[in-house]
Parts: sequence; structure tokens; C-alpha cells
Amino acid sequence: MIKYFFRRLFTFVLSLALASIVIFSLVEIAPGDPASFMLGINAQPDTIAALRSELGLDQPKINRYFDWIGGMLTGDFGISYTYRTNVTEMVGDRLWVSLPLALYALFLSTVIAIPTGIYAAAKRGKTGDFAVISATQLGIAIPNFWFAIILVGIFAIKLQWFSAGGFSGWKDGLFNGITSLTLPAIALALPQAAILSRVMRSALIETLGEDYIRTARAKGLSSAQTIWTHALRNALIPVLTIIGLQFSFLLAGAIIIEQVFYLPGLGRLVFQAITQRDLIVVESVVMLLVFAVILVNFIVDITYMLVDPRLRQDSI
Amino acid sequence: MIRPSTSLQFGILLCLIPMIMATISFFWQPFDVPELNISNRLQPVSLTHPFGTDHFGRDMLSMIMVGAQTSIAVAFVAVGIGVLFGVPLGLFAANWRGGFIDDGIMRFNDLVFAFPSLVIAILITAIAGPSAFNAIVAIGIFNIPVFARISRGAALSLWQREFILSAQVAGKTGLRISTEHVLPNLMHILIVQATIQFSLGILAEAGLSYIGLGAQPPTPSWGRMLADAQTMVSLAPRLAIVPGVAIIITVLGLNLLGDGLRDALDPKLRGSMKK
Repeated sequence: MIKYFFRRLFTFVLSLALASIVIFSLVEIAPGDPASFMLGINAQPDTIAALRSELGLDQPKINRYFDWIGGMLTGDFGISYTYRTNVTEMVGDRLWVSLPLALYALFLSTVIAIPTGIYAAAKRGKTGDFAVISATQLGIAIPNFWFAIILVGIFAIKLQWFSAGGFSGWKDGLFNGITSLTLPAIALALPQAAILSRVMRSALIETLGEDYIRTARAKGLSSAQTIWTHALRNALIPVLTIIGLQFSFLLAGAIIIEQVFYLPGLGRLVFQAITQRDLIVVESVVMLLVFAVILVNFIVDITYMLVDPRLRQDSI
Repeated sequence: MIRPSTSLQFGILLCLIPMIMATISFFWQPFDVPELNISNRLQPVSLTHPFGTDHFGRDMLSMIMVGAQTSIAVAFVAVGIGVLFGVPLGLFAANWRGGFIDDGIMRFNDLVFAFPSLVIAILITAIAGPSAFNAIVAIGIFNIPVFARISRGAALSLWQREFILSAQVAGKTGLRISTEHVLPNLMHILIVQATIQFSLGILAEAGLSYIGLGAQPPTPSWGRMLADAQTMVSLAPRLAIVPGVAIIITVLGLNLLGDGLRDALDPKLRGSMKK
């Protein structure tokens, strides 16, 4: 078990190291010099050179890589090329939009998916099951940003229940903040809920096929009692894994949704930074998102090992 | 309860719609797409314009038809990249199972899986410049580990089977066994996975072109049409609904086709819908 843990820890660190090299190299080969981009087309060559040395762009690549990594590890993400502000602060501000949005969407997705999944499994083969399966098929096929546009059309423009976009921040009160994140969270949650509902359904159906469930039924428990007291506990293990993975997806995958609703989140920050050649912001935010995904995967693996004793023996 | 063949039939039927549209548009389009006709803008649904016209006066039906070409081509080539690189990698890994090649390939897979694919796709297209080609590469790269993992997993169980053992006894090399015996037996799994990746590719392409990183104008694409429609959603909701429905039909069709094919091609899974 300890061996497994250290193996996973090693892979975790190795993945992070490789990811940082890949991101750094990708950004390095990006065309366009940030210094000349910042100064505009009329800049003198010596001004550009001065700015390049100020930004540290004239240093050898290897030094810059280690400076960047060292900075990230100590929480210093550098200074944005375009805004001339601390990237750590920018990321911190944006995180207050992206993180609540991801959590909100995850909450909605779980609240929708688990009851529908359980319902479908309990009614398997019947009309109710068919309805849930059909709905999830549709949910997976709908692009979330299209759903977002339609939501805006109906609830923001026609009914005017919500604003069509933007985010005023949390200082206007919790309620306002939550209201402006509601439509984006629904749009993000839809496909995730569809996937999660299917996982819940098939996990529960598989558990219901186990011998100990038959024993419980033979003891005289009703179908509902069996599901609630025996089957659900075990069926929830794969569901929890998927919820974990969905969280990192929701954090990183909100770029397009943030674009639809003009939300000042991390995704929109990356997107703007890419178009403005603000490479230090691109590098740092992408690395942060990759870190979040790899970390969540790692935690999910370890939790899995703790929850399921059978996995402790297997070598992965 | 839905029979496997029902989802297969529905899947084929839905997939045929965009396929036929794309094919016809190669020879004939109701109207020339790049042609702007401002005086004709935002025409309602009529016999001449079955889906009306957009804010530049372009015929929506023609744009949907040519957009189908873009979506299908991008997603198809991206799946091709995944199969072309992923399947050999998976077969190699299964051939030298347990060795350092296997380990290396699987670690590489884990690494690619760990990347938030959308963020990296945006990074790639932003660095290389937005174009349909770069969108294909960005989507295709993330298909490689999917096919590598699935072919390795299935190949590993095949390597335990007697007919492979007999091929080994007959003196065939690992490479020959992989291509002559393992690969043909993987086909049904690969076809199903390809269908699923195809549908994910359609969604990814739509997303990338929605944020302006896919096919560039004047080439019509469904995602681009949605981006244009967004500001018009109060004036003409139809502009957003039509391309969205086109995407949904295609993706739904491919997913149903994948489900149907899985049940039809793998007898072991037959009736699994009833489970």
C-alpha cells in the first residue's frame, strides 16, 4: 500500500515536471516577441532590447525555465507583460469566479445525476429508465456553449430573470454573485449531469447483480430497502471518482462558457492572454490548470485505494 | 425497452442527414455561400430560404450544408490521427507488455490524459494560428492516447488466448502476430471507439470555431455560425437554433451509432442495454 502510494506520488511529480516542460516549450515556440508586441510597431530596436532585458527575455532558455518553475513553487507567478501587475494577484482574483462556478456546476450536476441515475437503475428496462437514458443521450450531444446561448435567449433576454453575462463580483452580496453564475453553471452542468447519471445507473445496476444483494432480498428486504441500505454504498465508489474528475474538467473546461457569459474567470484570462501574447500569464495559468487536473487525479487514485482494499494489492 | 438494433437504426438515420448534406454541397448548394447580400439579410423562413438568411444575407441552409463538410472533415481526420498513431502504440505496448516500452507508452498516455485537452487545444491553435488544419492537429493529439489505451487493453487479453499461443508456437514474430491476429480481433472495439471519438471531435471543432480558433471565414462552420448568432439571439433566435440542432443531430447520431455498433459487433455485450 505504501509502495503503491509512493509509485503514484512519483508519477504525480514526474507528470508535473513533464507538463511544465511541454508548456514552457509550447509557449517558447510561439511566434511573436512579447517585448515588441508590448511596445507596438513603431518601437526603436534599442528600446525593445532594453525591455527584453528588463523582462529577462535575453536570458538563456534553461535559466528562464528554472526561474519560472522556482517562482511557481514559491507562489510568485511573475509580472504580466500587458497589465504590468502581479500574475499571482490576477490569478487569485479570477479564481474567485472560476472556483465557485466549477463548484456550483458540480453541485448541480450531482444533484441532478444521482437521483435520476438511481431512479433509472431501479426502473431498469421500464419506461422511466428509457426516459432517463434518452435524456442523457441528448444531454451528452448538446454542446454546452450552445445550451448557454439558448439559456441567455430564454432567461436573460426574454424573461429577464438573469443578466445575460458579466460578473459584478462578490462584494454586492452572495445572492447577486450566485445569481450571475446560475446560467453559466447550468450550462456547464448539463453534459456532466448526463454522464454522471449514466455512471450512477450502470454502477447501481452492476451492484444490484451481486450475490449479497440477492441474499438481502432473500432475507425479505424490499427492493427500495436493498438499494438504500446495501447497494448504493458500493455503487457510489465509481460515481465519486467521476465527480472528482469532473471537478477538474469543470475548472479547466469553463473557457468557452466564460467566453459566452463574459465572466472574468481563469479560462477567459488564458484566452485573453493568448491573444495579447502575454506569455507569462499563459504559461502560469495553463500550468496551474494542469496542476489542478493532475492533483485531482492523484487524490482520486489515492482515495480509491483507501476506499477499495482490493486495489491495495494490485500493482498499477 | 429500446432494442440494440433500434439505436443502430436511429443512429444511422441521424448520421445520414449531415453526411448527405455535406456530399450534396460538394456539387450543388442552394446559394453561393461567400456571397454577401446585405439587402437580403435576416430573411425569415421561406421556400427560397428554408432556414432563412443570416445578418449578412447568406442562405442558412447553404451554410449548414458547407458547415457539415468542415465539421465532418475536421473530426474525421482527427480520429484518423488517433487511430494511425494510437493503435500501433497500443499494439507495441501489448507486444512488449511489462517492459520499459510498455511502461513508457502508458506513462506518456497518462501525461496526455492529464492535460486539460481544451486548454491545450486552445494553446496549440493560438500558437500555430487559428485554422481548420491546426484544429485537426489539436483535437487529433488527444485522440492518440485514447486509441493507444483501448488497443493495449484489448490486445493484452487477446495475448492470453490459445490461438495466439498457437501462432507463437508456429514461430510467428510478435509483430506478425500483432498485425495478423491481434489487430483483426480488435477491429470491432476500434470501430466503436472511433465513432465515439468522431462525435467528441464534432463537439470540439464546434467549440474551437465558436471561440474563433477553428476554420476561418469565409469557410462556414457550425461553431462560427453560433458565435455570429450570439449577438442576434434576441432578433433572430433561429440563427442560433439551426446550427445547434445540426450539431446535436450529428453528435446524437454518432453516439447512437456507437452504442448500436457495440451491441451488434460484440455478441458478449448483446442485451446489455437491458441490464
